[in-house]
Amino acid sequence: MNEARAEAQLQNWAGGRLQPGVSLRQCRPTRRRVWRDRRNTALIILGVVITLIPVVMILYQITSKGIRTMDWEFLTSSMPLSFRREGGGFLNALVGTLIMVGLATAVSVPLGIMAAVYLVEYGKGNWLARLIRFFSDVMTGVPSVFVGLFVYTALVVNFGFGALMGAASLAIIMMPIIVRSTEEMLKLVPGELKDASYGLGAAKWQTVTKVVLPSAAPGIVTGVMLAVARAAGETAPLILTALGSYQLTARLWDQPISALTLAIFDGARNPFAAGQARAWAGALELLLIVLIFTIVARVMASRSRFKR
Amino acid sequence: MSSVSGEVAAGASAGTGRKWQRRGLSRRADPLFLLLAALSGVLILLVLAYMVISTTGTALPVFTKEGITFLTGKEWSPSAGKFGALPFIYGTVVTSVIALVIAVPLSLAVALFLTEYPVPRRLRGPITYAVDLLAAVPSVIYGLWGVFVLLPLFLQPAADFLNKYLGFIPIFAGPPSGLSYFGAGVILAIMVTPIISSMCREVFATVPDSDRQAAYALGATRWEMIREVVFSHSRSGIIGAVMLGLGRALGETIAVALLIGSRPVVDASVLRPGYSMAAVIANQFQEATGDHIRALVAIGVVLFAITIVINMAARAMVWRFSRL
Repeated sequence: MNEARAEAQLQNWAGGRLQPGVSLRQCRPTRRRVWRDRRNTALIILGVVITLIPVVMILYQITSKGIRTMDWEFLTSSMPLSFRREGGGFLNALVGTLIMVGLATAVSVPLGIMAAVYLVEYGKGNWLARLIRFFSDVMTGVPSVFVGLFVYTALVVNFGFGALMGAASLAIIMMPIIVRSTEEMLKLVPGELKDASYGLGAAKWQTVTKVVLPSAAPGIVTGVMLAVARAAGETAPLILTALGSYQLTARLWDQPISALTLAIFDGARNPFAAGQARAWAGALELLLIVLIFTIVARVMASRSRFKR
Repeated sequence: MSSVSGEVAAGASAGTGRKWQRRGLSRRADPLFLLLAALSGVLILLVLAYMVISTTGTALPVFTKEGITFLTGKEWSPSAGKFGALPFIYGTVVTSVIALVIAVPLSLAVALFLTEYPVPRRLRGPITYAVDLLAAVPSVIYGLWGVFVLLPLFLQPAADFLNKYLGFIPIFAGPPSGLSYFGAGVILAIMVTPIISSMCREVFATVPDSDRQAAYALGATRWEMIREVVFSHSRSGIIGAVMLGLGRALGETIAVALLIGSRPVVDASVLRPGYSMAAVIANQFQEATGDHIRALVAIGVVLFAITIVINMAARAMVWRFSRL
């Protein structure tokens, strides 16, 4: 069917010249066709160049502007109470990000992996598994600001702003990413490996925890690290759940907490040079964290034993 | 049966064999394991359901009070208790359309360049890497960079230029500002390009090589091959990729909040400041109280509904390709 369609298209395109006895010379592209080909090649290359300009500019400018304010003081002290004042740093924000992303990872990774195990190991032709798979796809498309609104209406209204609420919103964002990437990895584990394990008398849970998960580990870690990078870069849900703060705090509830993204957002919105300079240094700090996670994830993926 | 498997295991490795022989425990543990796994999966459904219930419940008073005027009203003044969300819905749609108009040709160019052209290995790796890097950069960094670098360097001059030469068309009417639908659209375009192009690359990879070679054998130029074989083969995949990008653009918050100009009006000119749904939630939330918060949650519910519909349609279209 597909081949027939393609053939018909090609015949149509050849303009009826494709007959026995026609010399190849007559089929050579006309000057107009060659010109159009070259023009479009040039346009495609131009498009690639235009796309690459922002990458180069962002990397260069974040580094060059961030490095000016990035020093030991920036890394080890918290924000001054006024944006106007120079000095100080984003330690409170860094601590907030680490606490919230850490908590979110601790919750979403086991749950996400278990859900993926259910989908792959128990979910063959199962309506519940199909439902879960579909809605976790749906969840990856939910705008993160909406997740923030949800945690606000469900938790913050009752318990106040705090690190736990921020972590809850990040966990909700991370979980579907982990489920889907882990599922893809578990599917790649060869059936022979599982059969060998069953043959040795292992129960299903033993096979999963001792054979399937360890052999898919590098791929699972890749998905987890990408999810962590995504969570560390989230701003919108934290505005509605962690709120932001100038103080260094490690309290998990009852007290608003800052995050790198929140501190950068504040800096970008305020008109004072000192605050903006700190925002650039914070952006460099955040970009380094996110890129390290992304790059390590890639390296893990390339080392993964099973490939698509 | 248990003794047989025990023997095999003992033959392979005495230690593991003995440990795995404790069938009593493993028998009881198996249903428990299934239960844990199933509960984790069901949790996703519960969270999503509770998400819809909790937010809609909070927003319900606003929906019932404003009725359909919540979607069609142009006036947004929290102090007067008037909540018309049309300026935000309009802004979200306009910025997303601008983003797609810019991002789709660029994404197709990148995807075609990487799949259909004989790019040397030394160039292919770094380009793929660089474009994927764009997808990893957090949106607040795009916002910061957009406001302090892209705005003075490109957005404002470009807005002035468009207004000067095309100002007679209403959508380019002045006074031009870089902090506008246009500015937000450009930053969104930069953010969604890597998403659309990586999806398109996957779709193009499913085009059978024999079709390509058939086109070349008929004497097609490269562009003719792309148009007749690659595009016609992957039309629905491209549409799906574009819609996934659209879903991302609709929900994008921080970069838009910083660049759209924060003016709650419906303005025909893309060169003037406006507002978007996600941006108004992020910007006004911290100062909001009572009904104002409920109205912001209501905007979130509308945004959620729109993105879910777009995403489900996109998934349905890409599904065929991503599972190949």
